[in-house]
Amino acid sequence: MEKVEKILETRELNVNMGPQHPATHGVLRLVLEIDGETIVNVTPYVGYLHRGIEKLGESLTYFQGLPLTDRLDYVSAMSNNIGYVVAVERLFGIDPPERAKFIRTIVGELSRISNHLLWLATHALDIGAMTVFLYCFREREWILDLFEMICGARLTVTYPRVGGVRNDVSQEFLDSLYKFTEEFPTRIPEYETLIDKNRIWLKRTVGIGVISAEEAINWGLTGPTLRGSGVQYDIRKHTPYDAYDKVEFEVPIGTNCDTYDRYRCRMHELRQSNRILKQCLEKLPPGPVMADTPKFTLPPKDFILKDMEHLIHQFILITKGPTVPEGEIYVATEVPKGELGFYFVSDGTGKPYRMRIRAPSFVHASVLSRLCVGHLVADVIANIGTIDIVLGECDR
Amino acid sequence: MIVEVNMKFPYMKMDPLAIAERIKEKFPLEVVDVVSFRDQVSVIIKKEKIVEICRFLHDDPVLDFDHLRDLCGVDYLGKKEPRFEVIYHLYSVRHRHMIRLNAQVSESDPKIDSVTSLWAGVNWHERECFDMFGIKFKGHPDLRRILLPEDWEGYPLRKDYPLKGPEKEWSGFAEVLEKAKKYREFDWEG
Repeated sequence: MEKVEKILETRELNVNMGPQHPATHGVLRLVLEIDGETIVNVTPYVGYLHRGIEKLGESLTYFQGLPLTDRLDYVSAMSNNIGYVVAVERLFGIDPPERAKFIRTIVGELSRISNHLLWLATHALDIGAMTVFLYCFREREWILDLFEMICGARLTVTYPRVGGVRNDVSQEFLDSLYKFTEEFPTRIPEYETLIDKNRIWLKRTVGIGVISAEEAINWGLTGPTLRGSGVQYDIRKHTPYDAYDKVEFEVPIGTNCDTYDRYRCRMHELRQSNRILKQCLEKLPPGPVMADTPKFTLPPKDFILKDMEHLIHQFILITKGPTVPEGEIYVATEVPKGELGFYFVSDGTGKPYRMRIRAPSFVHASVLSRLCVGHLVADVIANIGTIDIVLGECDR
Repeated sequence: MIVEVNMKFPYMKMDPLAIAERIKEKFPLEVVDVVSFRDQVSVIIKKEKIVEICRFLHDDPVLDFDHLRDLCGVDYLGKKEPRFEVIYHLYSVRHRHMIRLNAQVSESDPKIDSVTSLWAGVNWHERECFDMFGIKFKGHPDLRRILLPEDWEGYPLRKDYPLKGPEKEWSGFAEVLEKAKKYREFDWEG
């Protein structure tokens, strides 16, 4: 027996995965140390998509920085824009009108649904359920059409603005949105019948990537990834922004802390988002969509060519930027992936002295080294899927 | 199993100024200043006892800062002395209150103790701070560059780093350019 072991020595093997692997959701590179089929250690390498957005933000005015945020999490650009404008509004000390707040809540939730659909589609595809992908993209396409209807763009939208939104929504959009909210709850069971009790799906997700509540908080997880572990942390409830304090919704919480519960959490969130959309449609108040604060928000385009004063404000705001009080502020919003925080240090000029982006994907990618250990190589894919990362946001 | 909650239960939220007062009481010599802006409070502290202060905030049952939201650096070149600040955004998921710690780090000695022993998730934030500002975190288990290549020169988020990058190309990119020049003769010209 001893002799055999000497000849067939076992040793750990290093396997490189990515950065061009389709299942890593972008350009994530993992170096796996494996012992047979079991993962001993995982080292994630990020930074392949680093564009220096934080450095760029320091050289642009607060208005010019907005389009950069589309390029963070490019699958839910609307939520990122909202995160940015909410933070800048808090820094300026302005309050958008009610109608703008409700419209932002609507587009934010639409963005959440589209993000979760894309997540479900790719997560299922990675694990091996091809059909779900096609069903999810059918509804995602519908949401992108809705986005196109309000602002003309489908992915990099830049629709919310500091002090409100770019333009009011049309009746045509509201009608289509109403149709969507009526139709969408009947579509969710379609995805669920495909995988909810599917034996392969259960085998691949139940008990995979278990992380306890305390540990999940300690690792800095946020969003559905954290709530799957049973922690009641949702920024929409903790520190409400936009119109989230005026709508009723519940927060789904998982109990088993595994990949399957995180999947169920997101499915429940789809329903809750739809519920918020319905209430927003009912409660949508009339009125302006842009705050009337000429010192901080860009004037309406129609007035600029007719009115001297507006032209002056436009000129000053575009060339110099607004005069901002000195100070520092951190504002977090609940984007589909978790907690997106913007930290601004203002030195009184029109450009941020320091713009820091706390991206949920960055923190979630770091937890991979904890989640994968002890599982099989195939479960790495399930673990990458369940934390819902986008590398554009991770690398910034 | 999934349960849906509306999260309308009572919680013991503390006023951020009261939290700052508590830190001041416990560490009177460490707190330099307390600044309040838009309902958020920054406690400016010296860097020497950062781990003790963080441990106090983390372990105290009334404060219970279990969630480190963010860690980042700021470079106040020519504006403030000492030059750098390391910013800790702490949040309590249970009590729903928040505090900001600004630890002062000087240019001559850009080092600070790591808090990875308290929050595991801070690991990559500290690595990023090192990558972007060159601030070293003592006791960090794996302090390497994270977003930039290992052989990158300079620290990009410092204020004296040019926006368009250094004059000299990064060695990896220079290599690619060299290769492109070498293989140009095989280009198809139609």
